[in-house]
Amino acid sequence: MDARGTALLEVRNLRVEFPTRRGTLVAVDDVSFDIAPGEVLGVVGESGAGKSLTGMAIIGLLEPPGRIGAGQVLLEGRRIDNLRRESLRQIRGRRIGAIFQDPLTSLDPLYTVGRQITETIQAHLPVSRREARERAIALLSEVGIPAPERRLDHYPHQFSGGMRQRVVIALALCAQPKLIIADEPTTALDVSTQSQIITLLQRLSREHHAAVMLITHDMGVIAETAHRVAVMYAGRIAEIGPVRSIIHSPRHPYTAGLMRSIPRVGATGVRLAQIDGAMPRLDAIPRGCAFHPRCPQRFEPCDRERPPLLETGDQRAACWLHGAPRTA
Amino acid sequence: MAPPGQPDDARPLVALRAVGRDFDVSRPWLNRMLEHAPRQLLRAVDDFSAEVRKSETLALVGESGCGKSTVARLIVGLFPPSRGRIEFDGTPQTAAAEGLWSDAVRRRMQMIFQDPYASLNPRWRVMDIVAEPLRAHGLMTRRADLRARVFELLTQVGLAPADGDKYPHEFSGGQRQRISIARALSSAPEFLVCDEPTSALDVSVQAQILNLMRALQEKLGLTYLFISHNLAVVSQMATRVGVMYLGRLVELADAATLFSRPRHPYTRMLLDAIPDLEMSGRARTPVAGEVANPLDPPPGCAFHPRCPLANQRCRIERPQLKAEPDSTLVACHAAEEGRIPA
Repeated sequence: MDARGTALLEVRNLRVEFPTRRGTLVAVDDVSFDIAPGEVLGVVGESGAGKSLTGMAIIGLLEPPGRIGAGQVLLEGRRIDNLRRESLRQIRGRRIGAIFQDPLTSLDPLYTVGRQITETIQAHLPVSRREARERAIALLSEVGIPAPERRLDHYPHQFSGGMRQRVVIALALCAQPKLIIADEPTTALDVSTQSQIITLLQRLSREHHAAVMLITHDMGVIAETAHRVAVMYAGRIAEIGPVRSIIHSPRHPYTAGLMRSIPRVGATGVRLAQIDGAMPRLDAIPRGCAFHPRCPQRFEPCDRERPPLLETGDQRAACWLHGAPRTA
Repeated sequence: MAPPGQPDDARPLVALRAVGRDFDVSRPWLNRMLEHAPRQLLRAVDDFSAEVRKSETLALVGESGCGKSTVARLIVGLFPPSRGRIEFDGTPQTAAAEGLWSDAVRRRMQMIFQDPYASLNPRWRVMDIVAEPLRAHGLMTRRADLRARVFELLTQVGLAPADGDKYPHEFSGGQRQRISIARALSSAPEFLVCDEPTSALDVSVQAQILNLMRALQEKLGLTYLFISHNLAVVSQMATRVGVMYLGRLVELADAATLFSRPRHPYTRMLLDAIPDLEMSGRARTPVAGEVANPLDPPPGCAFHPRCPLANQRCRIERPQLKAEPDSTLVACHAAEEGRIPA
């Protein structure tokens, strides 16, 4: 699914940095990708890979001192990374919906769910209170909450974890956004609820024709939901391509190691493949390829020159195994 | 006590007999008086019987609130059971006032917790953290001996002896979990209770810790009680698996049997809910409903409101654990009556 030209979201050479007393830390480095309408792009990586920061930078919710150091974010062809706070706020509610990991922190405990949803609808759409309430009921029933008329008058604490996450998703859909950014939407949920939310996200991306950026550490969730995947490591994209190719024939040694280290049902008693070491800290990202100290296939150029994303198979991988450095 | 003629090895290391634990979740006294509300008890664990055999890994799985962590805490004696009794190597628990386990038993069991950020004292050096059980049990007092033992433990879990002089904040999540393991091993226990030991870790680090735990089990002959909500991790580690739902054991089987021939409809639902990493396009049966409120559990079989096979009997009569021909234990009327499709 090549989205060039028709992309809804374009991220170009994005760099997120944190100025500190001991110099500037680069948390997201030269990240580029597109998402087309109706497409789910999965962004995976381990903690500290920069996946959530990438999402936050796109919505304009980076916490200072974090800032966009370079690059552009375009929504429907227009830059949104350099907007003033007020115009960005408009876009954020109207055209971008956000779903975060912990549904409790996304909801105000002091207001009924109905009030939070109708207010959000009215903030973005020119509708009356009654129409807003009707829309709210329709939204709750769309995300699978039984008896929505009654549930509208309940407070967040009266919902279970799974139901609360559905409310958050309904909130994100209020203004019929074109882009949905979901950051670990299933991580705080139990397995049975998790699979319900995955099914819901799949349906929404299809029916609303929205572009979805699904940020998660869970390859299983990606396999079930995403069309394409970007694998992040130490602030950079290590590999990006169609989900099937990434899962069945990963081309970056990090992706390959990651896939092998996931425990699977039925493999009782087999030793897991492991990647030794840990992801580098932001203040100690190695020269060249950030993965080279842990890489079983490293060779001459890896500690010297940073690999760009190189075409290989259906995907692109930032690894010198798939193309020679220019200087060589 | 092992009956005469039976080898000592057949005796379970830990035995739980009809153990139950209630928590008082009543509102404060004044509210109860004003609102005429009765006391409210939460049955976190009910009628739980199981044995942990020597050198095995018994895993307990279930969703949040099913009581698996309460079982773990009951076994190590963090609080006493409300009903039933627990034995360690034939020795029963003592009165709560005496600390539940005698000193001799206590040093033979240790616990590893989920959150490696909360379970290590940030003001202590790793050296002192790892040496604490040795000091607490009075096993070693000479400083030189302690140092030597801590160095040995750190090396065993894949850290450097020099790490003993550092503080917890200098380590990543995976390394902190290694420190927790070193601390748990310091009193040379036989039995480790591991409550979601890798849930807070990234996958590649999780693989390191699971491999380490298996290697240590083989080398030191350890017995594990392994609590997890992740069935894939359990499948990797367990000898036998117990599945819990709303405080009760609903199925107990050898790991290989449980994953190839799950009987209880809840076990089947859990297995079906695991995301399909192979992308085989397997049709997913939609999971119905959510776990019921534990303060007001459904009558009969607690799972019946979500069960596709529930009938009138399931709504009224609570199923007991019964042994199948292959000695799998299942608490399900449908399984007993042969109504479960293969």
